[in-house]
Amino acid sequence: MPQTADTGRDAHSAGTSVLSTPAGLRTTDLLSIGDLSAEEILLILDTAEAMQEVGTRAIKKVPALRGQTVVNLFFEASTRTRTSFEIAEKRLSADTVNVVASGSSLAKGETLADTVRNLEAMAPDVIVVRHAAAGAGHLVAKLCKARVINAGDGMHEHPTQALLDALTIREHKGCFDGLRVSIVGDLLHSRVLRSNLLLLEALGAAVTVCAPATLMLPEAARFGVRATTSIDEAVDGADVVMLLRIQLERMQGHFFPSLREYFRCFGMTAERLRRAAPDAIIMHPGPMNRGVEIASDVADGPGSVILEQVANGVAIRMAVLYLLSGGQGG
Amino acid sequence: MADAVVLRGGRVVDPANDVDGHVDVFIEESRIAGVGVDLILPEGVREVAVPDGCVVCPGLIDMHVHLREPGQEHKETIATGLAAAVAGGFTAVACMPNTEPANDEAGVTRLILERAADAGLARVYPIGAVSRGRAGEQLAELGELHEAGCVAVSDDGQPVASALLMRRALEYAGMFGMPVIDHCEDMSLADGGVAHEGFRAASLGLRGRPAVAEQILVERDIALACTTGAAVHIAHLSSRAAVAAVAAGKASGARVSCEVTPHHLALTDEELDAYDTRYKVNPPLRETGDRAALVEAVRDGVIDVIATDHAPHHYDEKLVEFDQAPFGVVGLETAVSVCLDRLVHGGVISLGRMVELMSVNPARILDVPGGGLSVGAPADLTLLAPDLPVQVDSTTFRSLGRNSPFDGRSFKGGVAATFVDGRAVFVNAAVSGADQLQIGA
Repeated sequence: MPQTADTGRDAHSAGTSVLSTPAGLRTTDLLSIGDLSAEEILLILDTAEAMQEVGTRAIKKVPALRGQTVVNLFFEASTRTRTSFEIAEKRLSADTVNVVASGSSLAKGETLADTVRNLEAMAPDVIVVRHAAAGAGHLVAKLCKARVINAGDGMHEHPTQALLDALTIREHKGCFDGLRVSIVGDLLHSRVLRSNLLLLEALGAAVTVCAPATLMLPEAARFGVRATTSIDEAVDGADVVMLLRIQLERMQGHFFPSLREYFRCFGMTAERLRRAAPDAIIMHPGPMNRGVEIASDVADGPGSVILEQVANGVAIRMAVLYLLSGGQGG
Repeated sequence: MADAVVLRGGRVVDPANDVDGHVDVFIEESRIAGVGVDLILPEGVREVAVPDGCVVCPGLIDMHVHLREPGQEHKETIATGLAAAVAGGFTAVACMPNTEPANDEAGVTRLILERAADAGLARVYPIGAVSRGRAGEQLAELGELHEAGCVAVSDDGQPVASALLMRRALEYAGMFGMPVIDHCEDMSLADGGVAHEGFRAASLGLRGRPAVAEQILVERDIALACTTGAAVHIAHLSSRAAVAAVAAGKASGARVSCEVTPHHLALTDEELDAYDTRYKVNPPLRETGDRAALVEAVRDGVIDVIATDHAPHHYDEKLVEFDQAPFGVVGLETAVSVCLDRLVHGGVISLGRMVELMSVNPARILDVPGGGLSVGAPADLTLLAPDLPVQVDSTTFRSLGRNSPFDGRSFKGGVAATFVDGRAVFVNAAVSGADQLQIGA
C-alpha cells in the first residue's frame, strides 16, 4: 500500500478513504489532534462512518473491545462527553468503570499521580480523562501503560470533539479543502477551538476566528487563521459557523461587561447569519447559552446541526477506542 | 607554615585587580597574601600545582538562592544547600527570606547564620524581608535585621505591590546601605498565569503571565529609585521590555542594578511542549527574542549579575498537573557549566566578564567581602575547569532538589575546586590532578 505524504491533500479533497489511508494509528494515546496525521484523521472519520451503523441495529453491540477495561476518569463535570464515551465503550463491549471527582479519593487529597498509579495497579486497558488542568492527560500517560484518551484538559484540547465536528462537517460539505469555517465565541479559554484549529488546518480548511478583543486567541496569525473582532466580517460567506460557549464567570475577569452586551455585539442571530453562504451549517459543542452566544431561532433553525454533532460523538469515540486498541481500518 | 600555600601555574582571572594571566596565588592564614610572579615566599610554603587548563578566580557569589530552612526542610536544608553551593563553585550565597517563618526578624536571621556556621561550607548572607510576614503591609524591623547580619531586603516572590511601601522601604533600607531587591511583576496582570503569555502558552492552553507585568514594576521601581536616591536591585530579569527599562534607568543615572538567571539565558518557552514541570518557573521562560535580549544585555553590560534563583522543591511537589506545580528550578550545581558553555565558549563574553557577573558585581551590590584577589582579602577562590565535559545528572546533586531543567544535558565547563578561607570545601574528582587541591582540610 503506497504511503506517500503528497497524496494527502487529494485524500482531503476526496473526503473518503483512498490508497494513502493508513491501516491503523501510530499513536497509542490521543492527547492532542497534533498526535494525528491528516491521513489518520481521515481514517478515524471513515471508521466512525462504519461505526454509525452499529447504532442503528436492534442489538447495538459489537465485540471489538470485549474483555477490555476502560476507565472514564472525570475530574470535571460533564454530561454529554462522559455519556457519549460510555455509550461508545458499551457498544464495543468493553467493561467500563466511571470515576468522578466528587466520589473519588481526589476529594480526600490524593494527587492525580497517585490516583493514576492506583488505577494502573488494576490493569485498565484504556483511561479516558477529563481534567481542569491543561496537560493532565500527558501526566496520566506518563504514569501508566494504559492507552490514554484526552476528553478535555483545561484550555488545551478536546480532540474527540474536533473529530466529531469534522465528521459532521464532512457529512454536509463533503470535503475540507478551501472550506470557509468561522469560529465565534470565547476563543481564549476554549479547548474545542485549539483541537479544531489543528484539525481544520491539517485538512485544508480556511478558518476565520472572531471574538471580542479580550477573548481573542493570542497570536492568532501564528495559528494560521484569519482573526477579526467584527462578527459580520467573520460570518460573511462562511460555509460553517461554529459558536463557542461563553462562560458566565468570565464577566468577573473583565472580559466583557455583561451577557446582554455580549449578545448584542457577538450573539449569532438569524439577521447576522444572512451574510453566510446560503447552505451554511451552524455548529455548537454545547452546552449552549441560548440568548448569549446563539439565538434560539438559530440553534433550532434549518442550518443547525448541533444534535447531529452529538450523535456523531458516539461513532467518533467508538472509532478512536477501536483504532487506539490496535483495530485496523477498512 | 602548615597554613601557607601557593597555587602555582594556573591562569588567574581577577578583573577587579586587572589581572588575567599565569601568576601564582599565595595564601597565608586563610587570606590572600600575594598574587604575581616571583613572589617572595617564606620557607616551607606548600606548593600546589593548579591542574592543567584550570582557572583561578575570586570566589563566585550567588546573590539569589532559596535555602528553605527554617520551615521547608523537606525541600532543602541550609547544610544541603551550601553543599550544593560549593559543588557549584560558589563561596558565598545570599538567601531569600521566604522561609517559614519568614526572615522578617533578627531571631530568624541569627538561626540561619548559626546553621550556616555549623555547615562550615560557603558563606551565607541573609536577605531580610521588606515587610512583616512578607505581607506587603508594614515594614519589618530593617535596622535590627541589618544589625543581625542581613545585607539586603526583599519580599522575594511577593512583589512589593504598594508603591508607597516600596518608596519607604527604599528610603529606610538606604539608611543602612541595604539595597531593596524586588521581584518585579504586577500581580493583577500576571493573573494566576503559569507560563509566558505568547504563542506557546496559547497553543498549550496555559494561562499566560505577560512580559508587560514585569516591565511595569521595573519602570515603577526605577522611578522610585530616582526619587529617593536609593539603590534598587531587580531580581531575575526575564523580558526584552524589562531589559530596555533597566537600560533607560541606568542611562538616566538611577541607582539600579539587575540580575538574570542561567535558565533564562539558556532556555525558552519552547521547552513546555510536554508540560514538564521542571520548566515551570517564575518569571516564566519567555520567547526567543526575550532570551536573545537577555544574552545581549549580559554582553553589553546592562545586566550586572548572573544569579541562580536556586529554588529546590520535593519531587512529589513537581509530579502534579502543570497548573498546580510550584514555580522554581535548582541552579547552584549547574550555573557554572551553563555559563561557561553558553556564554564563554558560546563567544558572548570573556571569562573575565563572567567573573564580574558572578563575583565582582554581587560583592559590590551587596557590599560584602570578595569579588577580588586583593592582598588581605579572605582566601575565597573558585577553580574553574573551562574545558571539562559535564553531563548533568540530578541524582548526583548535593541539593535535595532534583528539579533541574538541565538534567541530562551536556555542557563544556565545570568546577574544579572551591576554597573558602583558604580551605578546600569542594574538590571535583573528575578533574585530573585535583586530588592535590585538598588543602587546609
